[in-house]
Amino acid sequence: MARIDLVDLAHSYGGNDAPVESFALKPVTMTWRQGGAYALLGPSGCGKTTLLNLISGIVTPSRGKILFDGADITPLSTQKRNIAQVFQFPVIYDTMTVGENLAFPLKNRGVPKAEIDTRVKQIADLLDLTPNLGRKATRLTADAKQKISLGRGLVRSDVAAVLFDEPLTVIDPELKWQLRSKLKALHRELDLTMIYVTHDQTEALTFADTVVVMHDGRVVQSGTPAELFDKPEHTFVGYFIGSPGMNIVPAKVSGHEARIDGHVIGLHRNYGVLPAGANIEIGVRPEFVNVAAPASGLLSATIERIDDLGRVRFARVRIGDAKFAARVPPGFSVPDNDVGLVFDPAHVHVYADSRLVEGVA
Amino acid sequence: MDKTINQKAWFLVLPVFLVVAFSAILPLMTVVNYSMQDTFGNNQFFWNGVGWFKELLDPSTDLGGRFLASLGRNLLFSAIILAIEVPLGIVVALSMPRQGWTVAACLVILALPLLIPWNVVGTIWQIFGRPDIGLLGYTLNSLGIDYNYVSNEFDAWATVIVMDVWHWTSLVALLCYAGLKSIPDAYYQAAQIDGASRWAVFKAIQLPKMNRVLLIAVLLRFMDSFMIYTEPFVVTGGGPGNSTTFVSIELVKIALGQFDLGKAAALSLVYNLIILIVCWIFYTVMTNAGTERPEKQGAAS
Amino acid sequence: MSVTLERVTRTVDGIPTIRDVSLTLERGTLSVLLGPTLSGKTSIMRLLAGLDKPTTGRVLVDGKDVTGADVRQRSVAMVYQQFINYPSLTVYENIASPLRVQGRPREEIERRVQEAAKLLRLEPFLKRTPLQLSGGQQQRTAIARALVKGADLVLLDEPLANLDYKLREELRAELPRIFEASGAIFVYATTEPSEALLLGGDTVCMWEGEVLQSGNTSKVYRRPDTLRVAQVFSDPPLNIVGIEKKNGSVQYAGGIEAPATGLYKSLADGSYRVGFRAHQLEVANGIAGRHAFHATVTVTEITGSESFVHLNRDASNWVAVLQGVHEYEPGHVLDAVLDPENLFVFDAADRLVAAPNKA
Repeated sequence: MARIDLVDLAHSYGGNDAPVESFALKPVTMTWRQGGAYALLGPSGCGKTTLLNLISGIVTPSRGKILFDGADITPLSTQKRNIAQVFQFPVIYDTMTVGENLAFPLKNRGVPKAEIDTRVKQIADLLDLTPNLGRKATRLTADAKQKISLGRGLVRSDVAAVLFDEPLTVIDPELKWQLRSKLKALHRELDLTMIYVTHDQTEALTFADTVVVMHDGRVVQSGTPAELFDKPEHTFVGYFIGSPGMNIVPAKVSGHEARIDGHVIGLHRNYGVLPAGANIEIGVRPEFVNVAAPASGLLSATIERIDDLGRVRFARVRIGDAKFAARVPPGFSVPDNDVGLVFDPAHVHVYADSRLVEGVA
Repeated sequence: MDKTINQKAWFLVLPVFLVVAFSAILPLMTVVNYSMQDTFGNNQFFWNGVGWFKELLDPSTDLGGRFLASLGRNLLFSAIILAIEVPLGIVVALSMPRQGWTVAACLVILALPLLIPWNVVGTIWQIFGRPDIGLLGYTLNSLGIDYNYVSNEFDAWATVIVMDVWHWTSLVALLCYAGLKSIPDAYYQAAQIDGASRWAVFKAIQLPKMNRVLLIAVLLRFMDSFMIYTEPFVVTGGGPGNSTTFVSIELVKIALGQFDLGKAAALSLVYNLIILIVCWIFYTVMTNAGTERPEKQGAAS
Repeated sequence: MSVTLERVTRTVDGIPTIRDVSLTLERGTLSVLLGPTLSGKTSIMRLLAGLDKPTTGRVLVDGKDVTGADVRQRSVAMVYQQFINYPSLTVYENIASPLRVQGRPREEIERRVQEAAKLLRLEPFLKRTPLQLSGGQQQRTAIARALVKGADLVLLDEPLANLDYKLREELRAELPRIFEASGAIFVYATTEPSEALLLGGDTVCMWEGEVLQSGNTSKVYRRPDTLRVAQVFSDPPLNIVGIEKKNGSVQYAGGIEAPATGLYKSLADGSYRVGFRAHQLEVANGIAGRHAFHATVTVTEITGSESFVHLNRDASNWVAVLQGVHEYEPGHVLDAVLDPENLFVFDAADRLVAAPNKA
């Protein structure tokens, strides 16, 4: 278990002289506390796998340092960093049984046999693998194999951090739930520093205490799931988290008002002075915009489509050129063409050049 | 998978079918016929039934003696060949680079021996090993080693074996290399993380993943070495005496040297049968080894 | 045109993959094949396409028997899970390829490729090769190529499964528009009920090679014929609890007794199984109701817009869904309340006997 510090860490696959803009991972400084569960969330190509590989030692950073508990481990090889990694597909040793697989890392480190046996039993018990200890590892299902992969990491009691690289990719959807909750339960029991890379928001938000959202090589926001949902600091976070994502539309904002397509929406805070020449947008989640019968005081929109998800309905509407998603209240009978939109001012955010603007209360 | 039927395709096969029938099936039938006759090819046939076959399996007869002895030599040869070429091929595959321009260079160099026509290989080594004008023969003799593959049995065997290793190890190496390349990086990374030593990595990851490929390599090499004819014939002609007379060479001696066609036909049929049986065994083992299925979902965990 | 599968079965190596399926698809419709993996969705699609022959039964197109006909003779296009494109051709050439095979004139190819590219928003990428595109764009190229052919039957086999979560969402939102613009028969296979709901059309619910129910998606969702259909068409998994009705009250497995109101009122006395989806269970602390249970939280899954609370009650696992971000600690005890007007009741043979009345 270790506290991990990233100090001005950056990496370019094209060499150190490449311009910073082209870096696969742009300079980042962060601290991850010991025993924390962190998720690196973002679309393909956002740099999350690069960051994971830097921490595990597979890639040496172009710039910056990584510290485990204050010690600079940047020059150390993967072996010496004492980390465990679970990959996208199960990595198991085909010729060995489940028990031998779990014992492998300890055997390589010369741990006495009695201790190996106890430890293997412990971990197998934790992962519900005990009935399979004597079986050949190749014969198990994909999710059991992933648990073996994980077990090999956990079996070393001095492991500094456990890294997960989209580990549920090959797992059947019906079993994903189980494995997700297992990972979360494990984290609570073992108090390990766990870092989980994924492009799936559900995995990230369920698993992690702190989610690090990445986009285009940058860390865009880092916070608890509630923080990311309620107060996205960047339009990308608003768009990426939540299903459907946040509505982002250009608007003119002054004082307590925002103007979209000529209509006025009241805002919760006072936005006096906005940066000149910046691209001003407002962001509001579809859950906080309700569809209602058209009325003079309400922003008017044209219905394009209703998405009925069974437990909730969303309306895809158009305001001028902008596309919007809004919630249809249960039982509401949607008129054919135009509807009015009711906004919840407390959940309307203002963004300048994609960054959140804090108004004055 | 039963696809939808397209009958017209069969007509395209017809010409090939006719050619194969003419060039392979008819001669085969002739051989079967001859194997049950006593003949010297002069259109005089005396029925012998299964006489030749009985003789073949009886070491006290001339035919049986020669056959079983040469069969023994073939088996010994194949065993030695496999014992050398397979480990050597694996080692070569492991030492080859995986990335960069050197990969292409290595592959080309490895492929070169495989491209040479077999009798040319034989000729190369025949000259190479001559004590008077051959580089190897001359060097060995000048170093004081008494080397003469014409008169010395051991030297003849050694030459034939070294020639085969030189000729065919590349095949094993290339097959193993293909098997190695298909191992995803994640396995090596995981092994690193698990603190595995180089030997442990080989034993736990590389060897198991090369399993199927090795099986193919062993099958191919066994078959080819068991059927070997051209190379040893060119180098030693079967000699000295009959120390390197393999079954194929024996067969040619009987058929074309003695014109004892009945015996030769029977011998060739038995030879063919042995090879077919071995192939079938390997094939069954190979396909069974590849059908390990994981249990149904939910049974484990 | 219409495509019909008439009592088809398919057995591979002695194992039946499709058992006695009869299905009719009409022009201009979208049918979603919904079912877990290995339920037979891909097998059905291959039979429709003509890639496989049924072991028994017939395949009819516009009433004509095409069972033995090769796929090349049928007007079919297929999109796969793995984005399959010709790697050495540009996007333009990829989309144009079926038209070139058909030998169409150049102007027509140009027009139709541009139309398809516009529909799938690929215009900026026409000169690139597939490897230079993101996953979503590659799949759009594959879909464009399938559409441009003008085939009467377009089959999509879990086309979004290999895409990033957000990309899946985006493409899924556009598919209905793309399908409507085309007019062919669309068959879309998926394991996710939410995709079926979003796409609309008709849903064919499959399980282990059989069709359990087929019909308008909304109807199948709100009126599942059997417990199995309800299970297939629920994500998160359907919650189930057994009840015993006697003398005007119901006794839930695990002890809770409550008056037989709502949907229970008109049931005959006997044993039933009650199924309810995650959103039909209300959970919180301190709520009350006649049909109330105590349940312990095992884990909470947060998607951002919703939180799925996994509960354990009387050795069964239930899931409830809440809007927004809610975190409950494992071990926390919550009150879970059922609304007797808002659940599904199945009899001992697992057939539906009562369902919520809302539209």
